[in-house]
Amino acid sequence: MAYDTKDTIDQLAGIAAGSAIDRARRGREAARLGAEEAYRLLLLPENPGDVSLTERHAIALFVAGLHQDAGIITHYRHLLDKSDPTDGALAPAVLKAARTGSINGPYGRYPEGPLTREDKAGPAHEVERDVAVLLGERLTSAFNHAHLLVLRPRESSAAALQKLLDAGWTQTGIVVLSQLVAFLSFQIRAIAGLRALNAAHQTASVAVPAE
Amino acid sequence: MPRETTIAYKDDAAPVAFTRAELDWRPWLAPLAEKDLTERHWKGLVDKSRSKSGYFMLLARDPDILGARTRTDKDIFYNPDGGLPRAERELAATAVSRTNGCIFCASVHARFAVTHSKRHADVDRLLDDGVTAPQDARWSAVVSAAASLTQTPSGFTRQSAEALIAAGFQDDEIVDLIYASAFFNWANRLMLSLGEPQAT
Repeated sequence: MAYDTKDTIDQLAGIAAGSAIDRARRGREAARLGAEEAYRLLLLPENPGDVSLTERHAIALFVAGLHQDAGIITHYRHLLDKSDPTDGALAPAVLKAARTGSINGPYGRYPEGPLTREDKAGPAHEVERDVAVLLGERLTSAFNHAHLLVLRPRESSAAALQKLLDAGWTQTGIVVLSQLVAFLSFQIRAIAGLRALNAAHQTASVAVPAE
Repeated sequence: MPRETTIAYKDDAAPVAFTRAELDWRPWLAPLAEKDLTERHWKGLVDKSRSKSGYFMLLARDPDILGARTRTDKDIFYNPDGGLPRAERELAATAVSRTNGCIFCASVHARFAVTHSKRHADVDRLLDDGVTAPQDARWSAVVSAAASLTQTPSGFTRQSAEALIAAGFQDDEIVDLIYASAFFNWANRLMLSLGEPQAT
C-alpha cells in the first residue's frame, strides 16, 4: 500500500521530509506503514461495520481531548465536523466532556495485595447529563469506557465491558472501540515524543550553527 | 436478540504482584473459533500459531486492524537493523507496563529483557520497586523516558529528548525508544481491558 510522503504522524509531529528524524523513522518502514494503516482502518474505514464513522471520530476527539494536545485535537475535530450528521453540534459537546474528564494519569487501584500501597485513587468518568442526551446511550457508554482505558487502565474489568454490551455495543464493536482508544494512546505518544525530539534538534541547531 | 454477556469464570488465580513468571491470560469476550477463520483472518493473525491464543483470536474479530497492529509491533521490537539494542526496547516495554499496571505485559517483556541483557537482578528491581528504582545511567535514561511518555498528558518534553541526546543516544535509538514506549501504551490497554491474567 502506498502512502503520501508525509504520513499522519509526520504531519502532526512536524517532521520535515529528509530530516534526521524522517530518516530514522524510515529505518522502521513496516512500523511507519503499520501505524498509518491502523489510522486509516480505524478512522477512515471503507466499511465502518459495527462502529459508525461519526462514533469513531467523536471517540477520537474525546481521547485527543483527554491528552490535552492542541494540534491533535484540531485534527480530530476536523474529522468529526465532516462526519457529524447534526451539522456541528457534536464537537463542542465532545470537547466539553473531555474538559470535564481531564486529569493526570495513569491512576487506579491494583488487585489487593503487595501493590495496594501503590494505589492511586481517582474518579471514574460520568459524562454530564446534558452532553449524554446529545451523545445518546452508545456514545455515552463509549466515552466512559474510553476514559477508563486512557486514564486508569489497571481498573479495567469484565463489568466495564458488560456496561458496553448493555448499551448496545456488539462484541466485535467493543474490540474495534478498544483498538481505537488503544491505538490513539500509541499515536498521540508517538507524535508527542517525535515532536519533542524535533524541538530538541531545532534548539541544538540554533545553539550550534552548521559549519 | 438475547442480551449478550461477558464470559464469567468460577476459579480465580489473578496475580497480585509483578513477576517474571509465565502467566496465562483469559478473555472476557468470546474469541473466534478456528473453524470460522477466513483467509482474511489468517492474514490478520500474521503467525499461524496465534490461532491458539485467546487474546489474538479475540482481536481477530477485526482482522485488518490486528494485522496492522502486529506488523507495527514486530518492526519496533524485532527489527535487528540499527536503533536501540533489543534489550533496551524490551526494557522500555517493561517500564511502560509497570507504569500502567499491566502485570501480564510486564511479565512477558521482563523475560525478553532478561533474555537479551542477562541482567535479571536489574529487571527484577524494576518489577519489584518500580520505575524509580536505581539502575545504571543508560537504563535509568530508558526507563525514565518510557515512564514519562506513558503519563497522560505525556510528560516527555524537549528537555527529555535533550537529556537523551546528552547521554549519548543517537536519533535512531531515540526514535526506537519513543516507538517502543508508545506502542506499549497500545498493547497494555488491550491486554488490561479485554481479559485477565492468571497464575499458571
